[in-house]
Amino acid sequence: MDEPQTLILKVNGQEYKLRPDSRTTVLDALREQIGLTGTKKGCDHGQCGACTVHLEGERVLSCLLLVEGLAGREITTIEGIADPAGELHPMQQAFIDHDAFQCGYCTPGQIMSAIACVKEGHAGSRMEIQEFMSGNLCRCAAYPNIIEAIEAVRAAVLDPANSIQ
Amino acid sequence: MSFTESALKLFHLGEGPPDRSKRFAAIGRDLPRVDGRAKVTGTATYAAEWPVENLVHGAVIDSEIARGTVRSIDDSVALAAPGVLAVVTHENAPRLASYPKKGAGFPLTGEGGLGEVRQPLQDPTIYYGAQSIAVIVAETSEQARFAANLVKVEYDVQPPELDMDAASWTTRPTEFSGGEALQRGDESVEKALEGAPVRLEREYENPIYHHNPIEILASIACWEQRGGKDRLLLYDTTRSVDMLRDVVCHSFGLPLDCVHIVSKFIGGAFGSKAWTYHNPLLVALAAKVAGRPLRLEWRRQQVWSIGGHRPAQRHRLRIGAEPDGHMRALHHWTRQHSSMISGYTEYGSRMTKMMYAVPELGFTNELAHLNLPSPSVMRGPGFLTGGWALETALDELASELSIDPIELRLRNYAEIDPDTGLPFSNKHLRDCYDRGKERFGWDARHAKPSTQRIGRDLVGYGMASAMHPAAQQEASATVTLHADGTATARSATHELGNGSYTVFRQIAADGVALPIERVTFDLGDTTFPKAPPTHGSITTATVGPAVLDAATDAIAKLKDLASKDRASPLHGAKAERIEARAGRLHLFGDPATGEDYGTILRRAGVQEVTGKADVKPGLERMRYAFYSFGAVFAEVRVDSDTGVVRVARLCGVYDCGRLINPRTARSQLMGGMIFGLGAALTEETIFDPVNGLPVTRNLADYHVPACADTPDITIEVLNIPDPHIGELGAHGVGEMGTNGVPPAIGNAIFNATGHRLRSLPYTPDKLIKAYRHG
Repeated sequence: MDEPQTLILKVNGQEYKLRPDSRTTVLDALREQIGLTGTKKGCDHGQCGACTVHLEGERVLSCLLLVEGLAGREITTIEGIADPAGELHPMQQAFIDHDAFQCGYCTPGQIMSAIACVKEGHAGSRMEIQEFMSGNLCRCAAYPNIIEAIEAVRAAVLDPANSIQ
Repeated sequence: MSFTESALKLFHLGEGPPDRSKRFAAIGRDLPRVDGRAKVTGTATYAAEWPVENLVHGAVIDSEIARGTVRSIDDSVALAAPGVLAVVTHENAPRLASYPKKGAGFPLTGEGGLGEVRQPLQDPTIYYGAQSIAVIVAETSEQARFAANLVKVEYDVQPPELDMDAASWTTRPTEFSGGEALQRGDESVEKALEGAPVRLEREYENPIYHHNPIEILASIACWEQRGGKDRLLLYDTTRSVDMLRDVVCHSFGLPLDCVHIVSKFIGGAFGSKAWTYHNPLLVALAAKVAGRPLRLEWRRQQVWSIGGHRPAQRHRLRIGAEPDGHMRALHHWTRQHSSMISGYTEYGSRMTKMMYAVPELGFTNELAHLNLPSPSVMRGPGFLTGGWALETALDELASELSIDPIELRLRNYAEIDPDTGLPFSNKHLRDCYDRGKERFGWDARHAKPSTQRIGRDLVGYGMASAMHPAAQQEASATVTLHADGTATARSATHELGNGSYTVFRQIAADGVALPIERVTFDLGDTTFPKAPPTHGSITTATVGPAVLDAATDAIAKLKDLASKDRASPLHGAKAERIEARAGRLHLFGDPATGEDYGTILRRAGVQEVTGKADVKPGLERMRYAFYSFGAVFAEVRVDSDTGVVRVARLCGVYDCGRLINPRTARSQLMGGMIFGLGAALTEETIFDPVNGLPVTRNLADYHVPACADTPDITIEVLNIPDPHIGELGAHGVGEMGTNGVPPAIGNAIFNATGHRLRSLPYTPDKLIKAYRHG
């Protein structure tokens, strides 16, 4: 057997050394090795969206992403989007304000997806939001409130007085 | 589907009668969830996420047959795989006591009972497909999952029984969960049916549904030896910490104080995560064998067999009526399946027996035991499915007699509970019909089916009544006032999206007259005062009064301290002359004569004072029938070529007592309505009719509603406190929103197309078949 090499994963600006195992997904690395459990496991095979993270700013399903081969790439999780001083990301705040969750389990994935949805320009109308947020299942069915939260953030982004990225 | 108006914003609270409870400041307020920040930042800790030292991981192996026995398990290759510590099977698992008859006072066994009467890994018998038969324990989850593929299992196979109609073991259980009667009816019902001028007899069937919360079942089991005793700390996804503790203690022969269960956040349940306890027991067993703390998350593919489900049911409704629509007799027959090791009976007549003023009522509930996994409760058990059958039958009767569906319901309006003969505690269903009619725009409905079209879509309006019991059970709570002017409330209830952290903090805050920011509420821990499982929409009406009474008790103790203290301005004052307001005790009508809580406690030389309460439903339960009600309206668009049904609008008007928090209540009702939409249109679980294994076993095949399925939703709540349910006057709302939605949608489909579908879900194939055959 080859000499085990340490895997490195960069998450929220910090590098983590991981066990060498070619089977390890980003999701399991986050939850079981790094201790960032905000990213959730709902199906572990790309159907529910609970594990959504950003890979260099784009939304990806971390359960379908192997750690191997990601050296030097930047992963952002729900723990990495608030202001370091503690101020919530506008999407996090909008989710609270609009009660866009109940049990909260799919919420980190919804928020990561919602941030990307706005950034991609896929939040132009309610129907567009619905279509581009349908990869994130919410069994509590907070959908109408999720849509409202995203609309509110999109409106704020469009407002030139704001500098929300 | 259009969102021309965000109808949800129009959510509105009724005026209600004058409020007896003027002291309520936080109660009834539209407040954001207090656990919102934890949930949106990913810091809320769910069961599988607790940091535990020296943790090992588990993977479960499922049986590949539905009936028979495990002949042999060859784990030699698996045991030699890297990182594998143990393979735990019925051959090496520690012995457990036989399955308990009761847990936390609830009957678990027998016909009509709630539990699955099987202890895990105790014998080689296979009762259903994908039954858990072994646990691999390894240093990492990757190693455990890999090694699970290396175990070779051989079986002695028997042909499974899978057909509800051909079952060799059928029963007619007498009672549901040791309470409600499951059989009723005699010759007079039959006679009345025969003699009625109008007779309607219809059969309906619903499929198996699965809860599918996004958080899968998970446990972390940590054993330790302390003081010469085995002790277990179990983090679990359970919504019944106290009952799980009872079952664990019984099973392992441990005293109550040696088992500690923690469940702080639950990622949805919808009926799962209680009643079936083989999952946490399996983890505790495997952890014992491994000698290390063990974490086990089931996989989505496995929840179809081991987490319970709503059983498939067939309903036969027989109605005898007058030509003017007055029902004279009503009989509801239900046949459903259970497993070979459960007597769970999802009885279909739960709504039929109490909804309408029918003089002759009867019902029959049959159980067919099959080699299918054990069913369990699921959101609106019996109400969703049996209520769907009833409300569809009523629509059929209305159609046959050319009576407006709301008018038919009003003609049969029950002023007293037909089941018990008791008056209802707080029924305002007429107002629900009226408000719903107006808010939805019912008058625009075309009475004649298939007469409204938009392009290729046929448009239809439908409605249904909805109900849910407003049950209450025993619960306890403590509220502690601290010298720093804060308060802490506790009860072993659960947070699964129902807003427990928020609503009980509101209740505690008003109880101790402190601003909500200075009060916390904690839950989900067996060291806290006892609470029942979070089920049956009972939690607000059950834990709420306990928290309120415990707060009142804390204030009473504080008054006592002040009154006895010579240095206090309240020295010698009688308790009834002292008022608690904004963190101070003062004389009634004399706010200057008083002092704040902290001063009283500090001078008494104590850091805190704790109030306690144990509450249970009183005699009023013998005098009134407690139910919530609702009227649900749906507008559908049915594609005249493809048979695809889209729900354009849902409108629900509900009568469910006082809302403690309109925001969290609205979310529960709204989510419940969309949950009902899934049951109506897309959800269905299939087990292979030959081998009994789950065919539908992922979220791509089992379609829970997605964001794109979301209709325009209008919710209105009357918000009239129930005068017979304590000071709070609140009912739970967890299940109310779900009930009533499938029949409203089905009735709208009939209105749109003229085709009556009597089988859920309303998938395009069924409509195309109807289009072809008329």
